[in-house]
Amino acid sequence: MLEIKNLHATVDDREILKGISLTINPGEVHAIMGPNGSGKSTLAGVLSGRDLYAVTEGEVLYEGKNLLEMPPEERAQEGLLLSFQYPVEIPGVSNIYFLKAALNAKRKHHGEPEMDAMDFLLLVKDKIKKVNLDEAMLHRSVNEGFSGGEKKRNEVFHLSVLEPKLAILDETDSGLDIDALRVVADNINALRDGKRSFLVITHYQRLLEYIVPDYVHVLVDGRIVRSGGKELALELEQTGYKFEQEAARA
Amino acid sequence: MSTPTRTVEELANREYEFGFITDVEAESVPPGLNEDVIRLISAKKNEPDFLLEWRLKAYRHWLTMEEPKWQNVHYPPINYQEVIYYSAPKAKGDQPKSLDEIDPEILKTYEKLGIPIQEQEMLAGVVAVDAVFDSVSVATTFKAKLNEMGIIFCSFSEAAQEHPELIRKYLGTVVPTNDNYFAALNSAVFSDGSFVYIPKGVRCPMELSTYFRINAKNTGQFERTLIIADAGSYVSYLEGCTAPMRDENQLHAAVVELIAHDDATIKYSTVQNWYPGDKEGKGGIYNFVTKRGKCEGRNSKISWTQVETGSAITWKYPSCILKGDNSVGEFYSVAVTANYQQADTGTKMIHIGKNTRSTIVAKGISAGHAQSTYRGAVKILSGADGARNYSQCDSILIGDQCGAHTFPYIDVQNPTAQVEHEASTSKIGEDQIFYCNQRGISSEDAVSMIVNGFCKEVFRELPMEFAVEAQKLLSVSLEGSVG
Repeated sequence: MLEIKNLHATVDDREILKGISLTINPGEVHAIMGPNGSGKSTLAGVLSGRDLYAVTEGEVLYEGKNLLEMPPEERAQEGLLLSFQYPVEIPGVSNIYFLKAALNAKRKHHGEPEMDAMDFLLLVKDKIKKVNLDEAMLHRSVNEGFSGGEKKRNEVFHLSVLEPKLAILDETDSGLDIDALRVVADNINALRDGKRSFLVITHYQRLLEYIVPDYVHVLVDGRIVRSGGKELALELEQTGYKFEQEAARA
Repeated sequence: MSTPTRTVEELANREYEFGFITDVEAESVPPGLNEDVIRLISAKKNEPDFLLEWRLKAYRHWLTMEEPKWQNVHYPPINYQEVIYYSAPKAKGDQPKSLDEIDPEILKTYEKLGIPIQEQEMLAGVVAVDAVFDSVSVATTFKAKLNEMGIIFCSFSEAAQEHPELIRKYLGTVVPTNDNYFAALNSAVFSDGSFVYIPKGVRCPMELSTYFRINAKNTGQFERTLIIADAGSYVSYLEGCTAPMRDENQLHAAVVELIAHDDATIKYSTVQNWYPGDKEGKGGIYNFVTKRGKCEGRNSKISWTQVETGSAITWKYPSCILKGDNSVGEFYSVAVTANYQQADTGTKMIHIGKNTRSTIVAKGISAGHAQSTYRGAVKILSGADGARNYSQCDSILIGDQCGAHTFPYIDVQNPTAQVEHEASTSKIGEDQIFYCNQRGISSEDAVSMIVNGFCKEVFRELPMEFAVEAQKLLSVSLEGSVG
């Protein structure tokens, strides 16, 4: 599904990612954990096509294709979606209109006709209910005036409508109270179907209690310093990142 | 990887779709302006004497006036002696009497523009069209049907022949000949335009529409439109404009006068798409237009809706004089400027009668190196008890090389008046574009979606078929200019 080989990336000529290699197979859930400033969000940005980053070395294959050559919208149409750490407000554009444009862009890309308006309405009404958001949010401008928790749930709502093949969740747990966290996790778990893959980026182990990963990787100073199973997350919760950080520096 | 910044610039570099030149034989007067040229224009149109006198009076006044300099636009001085003040497609014999007599080249032009001039094709439609090509009105469709209801919809020249009493009574009553420099010039040399009269109590059953096209080189277009809605009547009028791509700047100085009597409503919608000049700012139309409506009667209403995407320079303030008690004035505007376009546009609402109300919603969109200015005046005179105004002007910037400016003037002379003014400026952010990209939406579609969302309140005011056209035009205007 996704193969990252020796990825180096810079921001303003400062190297943030210093050689990351990672393979995600269909159906797998990988968690990336690490302290602030370790490069977690940079990795999400590079994979989703944000132009703030310059890739200086390495390659990324997505379903066998060179991901780094694809414009961001094509990555999304091909099923690589990012749940944003800070979802963006778009005044004047309703959530439902936005999603319809997104879904139809994907369908067009795959040579499918636009979705029937009635079918679309039924679909989004069903999905928004599942993330515990009011139906009225469909007709409000995208993320405008949404609370922090509502924005995150709206991201998960977008994912559930657009059905990615690979979803990258960037700090999806931040700003959520425990009930909202459970709702978000339940919806993500509902998307796990044995084929769809997830890259879960998080600072805390808390989210991983609800979305149980197959693999956990520890990112420190732009490198993966340790990889292991779900138990690694628990271990980190107890020891913190200090040990890993010292090891990285040594 | 495509960078949003680059795409911003690309979107700003849009192409002009209507830049073709039609090859018809034209009859023009030599460039330059003097009393003889005016006499010639008047004679060509076989005008009644009072109209020639009126023109000459305007011309003599114009000579004493100076071109206004207060607007926030910059252009080299115009040499008014180099402009051709009259150009008409050469008629075989007289004025065309039916569509069959119109030069097929002109008909082809209108087809390219998508104007259904052919009456037979119009049977299914709901729009009656008057088409003005350079200086003359070429054809007015659906005239017979409107005639039955007593509605007069014809070219201005024809009205001067057939209804001189109406012209004499109303012409210049809203925009006097000495109103401003460009209005005075127009009054002296205006060549054609549309005339509409809706009799008492009649609701015009279809949208009336005029398409203006400047074709001939070095030609100025000076049309004059006069619309009168008698007591209790209603009319919705649409105006569209295009011009070929030429390297020289072309002058367009029109005057539109609207008069609404008791309980009458006039809705005037414009989609202005004159040639804006090329990417480097060469060529394009100078659009210096005076549009004003007078709510003469009680409970009358005048509503201006404009979508301005063209012209190198736009200088235009469709206004309302709210004289009748309880009369209502509205102004809804979207002004798009890209590349090196400059627009200084807005409105004036003059409250004279009691309980008069006005609403102003102005949306400015700037991309590329464009400068967009909103200039609006709200004046509440001392007799306007209970007058109310609400103004909202919002600007959106695409890229970081354009500008948006707002100059509101508020003058309140009555303590019972309520005046509200809101303004905002925002930028289409790269994070917004990226967010759309990351949901599969291309940068171009993202900008068009965001801009359309921004203009929603104005588009809502346009008649259906025009709203669709306006949205399309907006996408075309900003094509290649994402931001």
